[in-house]
Amino acid sequence: MSINPDLQGRSYPAAEVYDVGREKIREFARAVKATHPAHFDLNAAIALGHRDLVAPPTFAIIVAQRADAQLIEDPDSGIDFSRVVHADQRFVHHRPIIAGDRLVAELHVDGVRSMGGGAMITTRSEIFALSEGASRRNVATTTSSILVRGEEQ
Amino acid sequence: MTPSFTDLTIGQDLGSRTISVTRQDLVKYAGASGDFNPIHWNESFATGVGLPGVIAHGMFTMGAAVQLVTDWAGDPAAIVDFQTRFTKPVPVTDTTGTDEPGASIEVSGAVGALDEDAKTARVDLTVVSGGQKVLMKAQAVVRLG
Repeated sequence: MSINPDLQGRSYPAAEVYDVGREKIREFARAVKATHPAHFDLNAAIALGHRDLVAPPTFAIIVAQRADAQLIEDPDSGIDFSRVVHADQRFVHHRPIIAGDRLVAELHVDGVRSMGGGAMITTRSEIFALSEGASRRNVATTTSSILVRGEEQ
Repeated sequence: MTPSFTDLTIGQDLGSRTISVTRQDLVKYAGASGDFNPIHWNESFATGVGLPGVIAHGMFTMGAAVQLVTDWAGDPAAIVDFQTRFTKPVPVTDTTGTDEPGASIEVSGAVGALDEDAKTARVDLTVVSGGQKVLMKAQAVVRLG
């Protein structure tokens, strides 16, 4: 099965809410060997002017990869996950992600390019923090390219 | 202490550090991130898809490399933009039960560009494992006072 060229321009609306917890920030920080006190110690984060623990700079990948899964698991996409290689990644933070944030991600397929028997797919997740009422604020934009390797002939 | 924008010059060295990686670190990262692709923890699966063996998550390497910048900036929230390309895999040998790392990643950084209007500095990271650059265009933009 090959990659569906009509994927380009497709969007997946914000689905489940991701609740950012303090212990998850600490766990993720330990997993990337981050040691800054603002990830672990509430007083240290507050002393820097934050309302709660600050997530490490790549924490948004958790939310972005959940959004990407909607595309990868879409039977119509033609993507075989076992042939996926992560080619590039970018995080633009409009404000830091802080414990207590309730995040949702909107996924946009910005590019599909054939490469040999495979394809390079570029996706963008717009990550919003929900607030009281219906308002939401864009906190991060992540972009990622995956290379789906072609089948050997 | 956050460095002052006016004190910075292009080419300024942020120093370097070595990150040791074990198979256990990859299991921890898989759990923390939710990325359970077996190429990061199962040898036979990894070799079966043509890899030299179990490899680190690219996002583990990216996430660990930025710590050099976080420490320099003094506040993780100062990193407003961070990007990289993943160019080479980082194979991690199974050294379970010993004190040896399964791989080492060397990270060094330097100020690559300064934006006077935005008061931001771009830090360019060099990330090497096994004598090869594993990340390319690894750039973090830091907002400074």
